[in-house]
Amino acid sequence: MGIFDGKTTRRRVLKGGAALAGGALVAPTVFSRGAWAQNFRNDPGDSGSVTFGFNVPQTGPYAEEGADELRAYQLAVKHLNGEGDGGMLNTMKPLALKGNGVLGKKVEYVTGDTQTKSDAARASARRMIERDGVVMVTGGSSSGVAVAVQSLCQEMGIIYMNGLTHANDTTGKDRRRYGFRHFFNAHMSAAALGPVLKQEMGTDRRSYMLVADYNWGWSVEESMTKVTEDMGWETVQSVRTPLGAGDFSQYLTPVLDSGADVLFLIHYGKDMVDSLTQAVQFGMRDRQANGKNFEIVVPLYSELMAQGAGKAVSGIYGSSNWLWSLNNEGSQAFAKSFGQEYGFPPSQAAHTCYVQALLYANAVESVGTFYPVEVIKFLEGFEFDGMGNGPTLYRAEDHQCFKPVLVVKGAENPQTQFDLLELVQEVPTEQITYPHDLYPGDLGPYEV
Amino acid sequence: MDALLLQLLNGLDKGGAYALIALGLTLVFGTLGVVNFAHGALFMLGAFVAVAVNRLLSFSVQVRDESITFFEAYKQQPYLEIWFGDLGLAVIAWSVPISILVAIPVMLLIGLAMERGLIQFFYKRSHAEQILVTFGLAIVIGEIVKVLFGANPIPVQAPPAVAGPAPLGAWLGLSENLVYPWWRLIYLFTSLLIIAAVFAFLQFTTYGMVVRAGMADRETVGLLGINIQRRFTVVFGIAAIVAGVAGAMYVPILPPDYNLGMNFLVLSFVVVVVGGMGSLPGAVAAGFLLGVIQSFASMGAVKDILPGIDQIIIYLVAVAVLLARPRGLMGRKGVMET
Amino acid sequence: MASITEFNPSTPKKDLLIMAVFTAVVLTAPIWLAPIGASYPDLLQRFAIFGIFAIGFNILFGLTGYLSFGHAAFLGIGSYSAVWMFKLFSMNALLAMAFGIFVAALFALVIGFICLRRSGIYFAILTLAFAQMAYNMAYSVLTPITNGETALTLDVADPRIIDRAILGDAKEALPSPSLFGLELTGFTSFYFCAVMLILAFWVSLKIFRSPFGLKLLAMKSNQNRMQYTGYNTKPYLLVAFVISGMYAGLAGSLMAVTDPLAGAERMQWTASGEVVLMTILGGAGTLFGPLFGAAIIKYFENIFSALNKTQLTEVFGFLPDGMAEALASVSLLFVGEGWHLTLGIMFMLVVIFLPGGLMEGIYRLTARVKRKRESGGAVSGGAVQPSE
Repeated sequence: MGIFDGKTTRRRVLKGGAALAGGALVAPTVFSRGAWAQNFRNDPGDSGSVTFGFNVPQTGPYAEEGADELRAYQLAVKHLNGEGDGGMLNTMKPLALKGNGVLGKKVEYVTGDTQTKSDAARASARRMIERDGVVMVTGGSSSGVAVAVQSLCQEMGIIYMNGLTHANDTTGKDRRRYGFRHFFNAHMSAAALGPVLKQEMGTDRRSYMLVADYNWGWSVEESMTKVTEDMGWETVQSVRTPLGAGDFSQYLTPVLDSGADVLFLIHYGKDMVDSLTQAVQFGMRDRQANGKNFEIVVPLYSELMAQGAGKAVSGIYGSSNWLWSLNNEGSQAFAKSFGQEYGFPPSQAAHTCYVQALLYANAVESVGTFYPVEVIKFLEGFEFDGMGNGPTLYRAEDHQCFKPVLVVKGAENPQTQFDLLELVQEVPTEQITYPHDLYPGDLGPYEV
Repeated sequence: MDALLLQLLNGLDKGGAYALIALGLTLVFGTLGVVNFAHGALFMLGAFVAVAVNRLLSFSVQVRDESITFFEAYKQQPYLEIWFGDLGLAVIAWSVPISILVAIPVMLLIGLAMERGLIQFFYKRSHAEQILVTFGLAIVIGEIVKVLFGANPIPVQAPPAVAGPAPLGAWLGLSENLVYPWWRLIYLFTSLLIIAAVFAFLQFTTYGMVVRAGMADRETVGLLGINIQRRFTVVFGIAAIVAGVAGAMYVPILPPDYNLGMNFLVLSFVVVVVGGMGSLPGAVAAGFLLGVIQSFASMGAVKDILPGIDQIIIYLVAVAVLLARPRGLMGRKGVMET
Repeated sequence: MASITEFNPSTPKKDLLIMAVFTAVVLTAPIWLAPIGASYPDLLQRFAIFGIFAIGFNILFGLTGYLSFGHAAFLGIGSYSAVWMFKLFSMNALLAMAFGIFVAALFALVIGFICLRRSGIYFAILTLAFAQMAYNMAYSVLTPITNGETALTLDVADPRIIDRAILGDAKEALPSPSLFGLELTGFTSFYFCAVMLILAFWVSLKIFRSPFGLKLLAMKSNQNRMQYTGYNTKPYLLVAFVISGMYAGLAGSLMAVTDPLAGAERMQWTASGEVVLMTILGGAGTLFGPLFGAAIIKYFENIFSALNKTQLTEVFGFLPDGMAEALASVSLLFVGEGWHLTLGIMFMLVVIFLPGGLMEGIYRLTARVKRKRESGGAVSGGAVQPSE
């Protein structure tokens, strides 16, 4: 019945060094760690299946993004179990997975609703860990949730593969040994956008920033200000706006008279849709200021939300982790199997989640055990390709993926209903790489 | 100077929306004595009437895009365009104004159905139970909309002629930077019109007079042999229309999603209470007051002195007003005080 | 409306029995909740914590009729205080709870003093305004204290002055909240919450039975009359408000004990609204009602939301394939991402058919059974009145 297999008991067992579960299935790489390493939380043991936990927003403003993440996870499970066309399993390099589940165990999954609230997200993750016995939790579509669940997973000794989270903190100040992020971050957005903006808009620009008033907004503001000022732009003013303001007119009208000629809308999701729609109504896309074309920049695009802004996005610059229309093997393999399954192309949220699920499974298969410490050590410094972003590195020091970043803009003449964003430039990895101690943090211990 | 003028406009514009929602809510409080937590849902439904009208008008023939092979992408051409050419496109472009006209009968029906089907059984029940049942209703309405339209916000543009900014500065001989979106000016104007119409109805028609009498003393009016009940049903319908039209008109400004009602719920109650329970002029005055104050509090100069003031100003004003005036700006004694 | 009067008159003996049964039921919860998939520490803790929150809310709303729409603020304040206690001084759960309750009481005293100058909906909006201000500030401007969106969490490098003084510089791993060395994680942590719930319930029972409780109830029915008879009602109301704020503070600090994190969303109006709904759903003014309401809403939130298509198809697996698929798709409207819909429908059904909440349903049921016994089975359908 297992009521009392909580943390305390497990620790006691570990400390005692006792309890060698029967039939020790020790993989070569685990050998050096000693056999007791097998005693970890939610060890699938001899069971024929293994459970993943998909923790995504199903209610609230990001429900659509969560639904897309869930679609991607379900597809990943299919591919892992050898069903469907295999998707990126055909393109991933190096690949240990065989299409027969993970370590021969069939992959099953449970789902939960984060509600985009840290409390609800943690409750849901704890249910997965305590009741459903998952070996790994993944998902999420905001940095608040990411940081909260990541630290919970660290305490519980369960690996957390972040979904969509863009704040620097996730792999900066709040990085955790058990948490991994494939998605890019605010620093990379700014580093990638900088040169492109310089090229498109010149070096003599005056910018005005509207910033969502919470951690993510501030981190983008900080990164963006630094990059633009380094290339000679002047920041006229930076105004913080409350989350979920709805009507942004009172923050937009001062822009008109400020002498600025570039407006940064550092908003995500619904706020981005609202502020962008309204900025366009104030004529800001077609304005002239200081003898130049007035420009709007949205540092982080979400294509699902861009649909909500409709025609307002056309011609507006931003950055993105991935686009379904990318012309490489991995992207096409994924877009194809996703498109055939669901009838429309995947979003960048779906992509990052799919990749994260595969990366975890591949790591387990490679080290031959679900023992998280070995899985973590494998992922740290793991280099791979064929997942849609080109050659990618999981940096060991902060568990952040490094890969090219896309600068995109809203399509001017969309051909179909799916042509929302078009690629402007793929910024190479070297340009967006930064030292791991730029945002200092502590990963914490391997053993918990 | 320009900045102040623009902020005043912003405030009035917000105030227009607040006032319209609060007006309907007060009508329902004042006449039926019902705390209607589903009033925000009516606003949201109005917005989705606009979305639905747009969808209907732009119903399209789907032409497969052969360039995309692995899922079915379509180029769309609306039937109206095929049948009527540019005239058809113009009709689609004007879908929001059209939907305002559609919203009136639709919202009236929804309002009547809600009152007859549910609300009428809760007149004599405690406020707590009214809150629970209408909150449940609001959730159900929201979830139905989510199933039908998805969770994402849906954009519907204002007609091209009024989608951009109006050169306000040029008209007034001020700076050219002084522009204001046409649609927001229209919104403000229309909301004033609706407010005036509701007041005129209550003030100058016999029907309205009886309703007002009923608000003041329901029992006596009932004793006079007037079927006050039916009139109250009609009033609920009017409240639904006002909320729905306010919602439909708001679509170009704020692409609606199924949560829109909940986002406005708290605010609308604050507005009504600051205005004073049971007072229609109070609700309107409070709507505009809070809108304008909120706009001014968001100005950079104010925020430099008091960071974050724009986030709490509405509540701060609410506390101040309620402490200075026990029953809000114009509330009547004894209404909803127990 | 079902009211407290049903429990009065009560005898100490009967109360003792109530307490004994209640204690037994709570402590055996992990066993009898197992069949419905609710027997894991996190959810059990949530039942207990939100039970405490709702019981406390009921002391104010159920007894005095004052509807606070901002009670979540005290929950949040309790959480923040407890986490700060963990960070600065000690991981001892009792210290954190004491501090959480104390700070919540302080805030409740000030906010209550201001808000209680008004009544009815004016009171409700005043409390709402204070809670929303707290939420908005915590999310943004007060980030240095609250850590804003990412929530306040523990850090290995926290000072923990008392712990370090006693235990020395300990391990590199993050410590868990403890009770004099006993680590409060997993089921240990649930039993800790369960004991707190039993204590909280006992205090609430005592208040309901006391002359103080009776005076509050009298104010609910007619405050003016109370004032005419020479009572200054304000102090009584304020005491009730503060007690109920302390319950919220206790619940908030327990949340921090079971999971050392404090986020601003805990103070949002939706959280305040939730406790109102819990109380009304279960039955305001009844002893057990709020507990039922809290458990049901939390059960929906955690279990119904987690059902997905594969699980449903398995459930309907005994049916032919096509039919199972179809049934699973229909049910999916009500669970998983549609769990809100079920919640909304339940709110409506309960309040339409059971004025007075779930407790009312239980009364009707017991009354019916009693009658059946007395009259040998002849019951006229539905006409049974609650025993007022």
